[in-house]
Amino acid sequence: MFAFIVQRLFQAILVMLVVGIISFALFRFTGDPVNNMLGPEATIEQREALRERLGLNDSVPVQFINFIGNAAKGEFGLSYRVGKPVEELIATTLPATIELVFVSALMALLIGVPMGVYTGLKRHAALSRVFLTVSLIGISLPTFVIGILMILIFGVWLGWLPTFGRQGVVDLGVWQTGLLTLQGWSHLIMPAFTLALFQLTLIMRLVRAEMLEVQRTDYIKFAKARGLRNRAINYGHALKNTLVPVITIMGLQVGSLLAFSIITETVFAWPGMGRLFLQAIQFVDIPVMSSYLMLMAFFFVMINLTVDLLYYAVDPRLRAETLGGAAH
Amino acid sequence: MALDSQEIRVSPGLGARILDGGRRFLDGDVFHSFRRSPLTMFAAGVTLVLFLVALLAPWLAPYDTLNLSSINLMDARYPPIGSTFDDNGFIVEADPRFLLGTDEQGRDLLSAIMFGLRISLGVGFASVILAAVFGTLLGLVSGYVGGKIDSVIMRVADIQLTFPAILIALLIDGVSRGFMDAETHQAFKLPILVLAIAASQWVNFARTVRGSTLVEKNKEYVQAARVIGIRPALIMLRHVLPNVMGPVLVIATLTLAIAILTEATLSFLGVGVPPTEPSLGTLIRLGQGVLFSGMWWLTIFPSLVLVILVLAVNLLGDWLRDALNPRLR
Amino acid sequence: MRLRKGLFAAAALAAVVGFAATGEAKTFRYATTGDILGLDPHANNEGPTNTMKGNIYGRLVHRQPDLSLEPDLATEWNRLDDTTWRFKLREGVTFHNGNPFTADDVVYSFKRQTQEASEMSFALASVEDITKVGEHEVEITTKGPDPILLLNLPNFYIVDQEFMEENNAFEVVRGAGKTNFANLNANGTGPFRLQEWVQDNRLVVVPFEDYWGKDQLMTNVTEAVFTPIPNDATRVAALLSGEIDLMYPVPLQDVQRLDQDPNVEVVQGPELRTIFLGMDQWRDELLDMPGSGKNPFKDVRVRKAFAHAIDLKAIQRVVMRGASTPTGLMIAPGINGFQEDMNTPYAYDPELSKKLMAEAGYPDGFPVTFDCPNDRYVNDEAICTAIVPMLERIGVDVTLNAQTKSLHFNKIGRAEGNNTSFYMLGWTPGSYDALNVLQNIITLGEEGSGQGAWNSGRYSNERVEELHDLIAVTVDEDERNALIREAFQIHKDEVGHLPLHQQALAWGVRTDTIEEVIQRPFNDVDLRYVVMK
Repeated sequence: MFAFIVQRLFQAILVMLVVGIISFALFRFTGDPVNNMLGPEATIEQREALRERLGLNDSVPVQFINFIGNAAKGEFGLSYRVGKPVEELIATTLPATIELVFVSALMALLIGVPMGVYTGLKRHAALSRVFLTVSLIGISLPTFVIGILMILIFGVWLGWLPTFGRQGVVDLGVWQTGLLTLQGWSHLIMPAFTLALFQLTLIMRLVRAEMLEVQRTDYIKFAKARGLRNRAINYGHALKNTLVPVITIMGLQVGSLLAFSIITETVFAWPGMGRLFLQAIQFVDIPVMSSYLMLMAFFFVMINLTVDLLYYAVDPRLRAETLGGAAH
Repeated sequence: MALDSQEIRVSPGLGARILDGGRRFLDGDVFHSFRRSPLTMFAAGVTLVLFLVALLAPWLAPYDTLNLSSINLMDARYPPIGSTFDDNGFIVEADPRFLLGTDEQGRDLLSAIMFGLRISLGVGFASVILAAVFGTLLGLVSGYVGGKIDSVIMRVADIQLTFPAILIALLIDGVSRGFMDAETHQAFKLPILVLAIAASQWVNFARTVRGSTLVEKNKEYVQAARVIGIRPALIMLRHVLPNVMGPVLVIATLTLAIAILTEATLSFLGVGVPPTEPSLGTLIRLGQGVLFSGMWWLTIFPSLVLVILVLAVNLLGDWLRDALNPRLR
Repeated sequence: MRLRKGLFAAAALAAVVGFAATGEAKTFRYATTGDILGLDPHANNEGPTNTMKGNIYGRLVHRQPDLSLEPDLATEWNRLDDTTWRFKLREGVTFHNGNPFTADDVVYSFKRQTQEASEMSFALASVEDITKVGEHEVEITTKGPDPILLLNLPNFYIVDQEFMEENNAFEVVRGAGKTNFANLNANGTGPFRLQEWVQDNRLVVVPFEDYWGKDQLMTNVTEAVFTPIPNDATRVAALLSGEIDLMYPVPLQDVQRLDQDPNVEVVQGPELRTIFLGMDQWRDELLDMPGSGKNPFKDVRVRKAFAHAIDLKAIQRVVMRGASTPTGLMIAPGINGFQEDMNTPYAYDPELSKKLMAEAGYPDGFPVTFDCPNDRYVNDEAICTAIVPMLERIGVDVTLNAQTKSLHFNKIGRAEGNNTSFYMLGWTPGSYDALNVLQNIITLGEEGSGQGAWNSGRYSNERVEELHDLIAVTVDEDERNALIREAFQIHKDEVGHLPLHQQALAWGVRTDTIEEVIQRPFNDVDLRYVVMK
């Protein structure tokens, strides 16, 4: 167990290091940071002062260490475009994105798993076919088309839901949440569902496939032979086994959700990190880009680590393997 | 074992091998399952038709929408045949010259979709081929050679896999902007797009091929080849590669759908292909702006084609995966 | 108008009193295509940016919706001689941070606004110096007799010397992707105080409690939230669903649909902005033809060919859906110096264009990149996209580069050394006088003078330069008009720029929340004139 965790931790640190190097290279070698910050009119003295302040006169390895050190402290430098500390920009946009992704993931799980179980157990039911077809269309429809259609139907034709932005936000000091008011939810529901749809279909298909697969495995066959009730087999054994891949996929998909929120945020004018990143790309605002990259990497690594640990906790085979290894 | 090495020695010509492969395919389980699934046959038909339309667009399309000088502003905003359009109080009748109507600039939508399909499929295929070649080679090397090379390649793959494709593609676009001025970036937009999508998709190929290679590596025919002193590169390419092509084909098909969607998404976000050579994604982005003003056809038709294309390719991929995975049959 | 205004002032006062009693918040939410370029009043000269600056900063005089001038920070002024003016300043005025407003601030603001990097220096181009006479009196000396000094003063923004110096913010920074303290913070004497600006997201202002003219304010807004929404469809949807109270421009294709909504009214009017195209007449070699040693735009025949190749009527009818006036002049009717008889656009004649191109030695055309904004003017990108095929038909190989306004302005402007060959721009003369256009768009002046700030193709004609200097100091109206005519005639004969049209204003206003809003021909919302229900 310990060895397993250490190995995973080591890998996580490696990933962060690589991403750190990429981010640093991006910041240091894409254009001249001094020129980017001061503009062509600045005097030589101003340039030199800024070089000194940014530590650009140090050797590259020292610069890199400082860069990583600052990032670890949550200091990412100044945005070229907005002139504010990047961490400040991220702090204002992070809650919006996290809440969007969180609610999306929840929706995908709560709707996707039951649909998957149903279609897995009743392979030939009419409703199963409907679910499967719908899910295929869901995968084939680009997120932005879904978003546009949702706005058209629920925002414009029916007028039920607001069509853009994030309102009804309550300031909790360190976190601005839209989850405490009805207005906040009314703004959240459409973008969250749009974002969730792809993952929802993915989870449904995955759970279905796993249910089919597991039902074919020997131990389920044995269970059936032993005369266990269908319900007990389906939910007690089969579903439990499908959870492993679902957890893995969900973990990986949270990363995807974070990335795809860029599109959803664009369609719904949701003031999150995705839009911040997209604008940074347009304006070649390197500090924002590299910080976003590092932050994303951090999230992904943390999620993967958690998934690995959960995986370990849930799947007995994996545990047996490691334990077997440890006994030698 | 003897038989295997015998086969290796014979090493028939390429043409014969393809013929042989074709015959085996038609006789085999895979084709049998294909013929048993009407949905798959339909999907294959649709894919083929769309592919041909894209390939033959310059000859099939009623207008050459890429030649901008042929576009007449006065032809703007005709609705599709069989419908009328209430343009701010003016009722516009359809014009028989434009089957699916025209856009705000007077561009024939049908032709634009045909050329858009060409670009979407072109970018899709190009990036899948790039990703497949790159990923397969790395996977082969990784699996066959093993050791340090293997762990380096797989660590890189792990790291890359942590990042969703769209993010990698956006990042590559962003970095390339940092290195090029706006004009150069504009000129290289398509190659950058292909590279960005390919770079985000190679990992799947590499991992799968590595897995299959590990299995194949220990099979007798490979060991036999090794024993008789055939060079590793040759073994990998001529003996291992053909045997791992099945999964590669499945992934390639599924990745094609992802690549087409990624291109459409990037174009929608405005970092994809330029609007003068619109892909399906660009057409949808342009159409979206006027969707609420009643010009539904500009969003609906390109979306429909995109969805049908991706759906058909996905169905093919799904079927291929099931067909090549005997456990599920 | 006056009566109506008076009535509204009273109504607004009542509303304010009512507000004080009930504590009811009146939040005004409005949206347009793009964000402001920055809060530094002396950095960018752009319509929406200037108007937001006007909500926050005071000027010596303020321009009312009917374009007449009223005292703001100056209470009275008189002319001592041809080149000397005395301005009495309002006493007891404080900045938003509580600092008192004095003559020193005016002198400091003059120095700050006339530095080379400032795009706003045009407004004070004729001013030799501003000196302090008393704590609340300044003297303005002009370089020559200036008939339109007062018309330019609404573009002279007064900042707090102490505040600026404390934060070391004298220098103006310009260019997309760059910013500084003054661009992010604001401390003016205007009726509204900056509460929060999250770039590209929202800008919030609230009434300034100690505003000197509080009692005369028409508005009853207690908080104004400005949101940029670049996407036309999203902006329309937001108005229809009531998330915002006002937005502009209304996409032309949606005018009728919005009008049909019982709670929405589309307010239309003429705008004084002229949209035009510019061509690089400065470089010896076109950016798109490296190695050729040629710049086709230096040949007047090529410029004429372009002028005759663009079908303005088709653009008006199809792209603008009739909501524009094709034009042949660089200024709109209503601007001082407008010449009705010279306003006929160049005739649409592609055959003539082809002939001219052949004569100029480009029978097969040449490649050119067309720079265009996509979130600034009404249908800007659509206009550019429509122009591309028209030019392709005379053989020109056009690559369209449409991008967000701050990047566009950055590229074509001085920040990147006019890095453009062919571009779109729109201009409303800030002084409502022809000289402003000659000064900013049609002449170059001396290097570093700030003149020709937006003459991005660097068109220059010796006689026009001379005429500009003459017009600036000619007081006699007929004489001045004749000079203006001559300058415009030369510019037109030489096809210095390609005027396209004046766009119409179209604001979408929610009638269930807005009592009254006065539309000014600048196409921007002055919060002073917004009254909520």
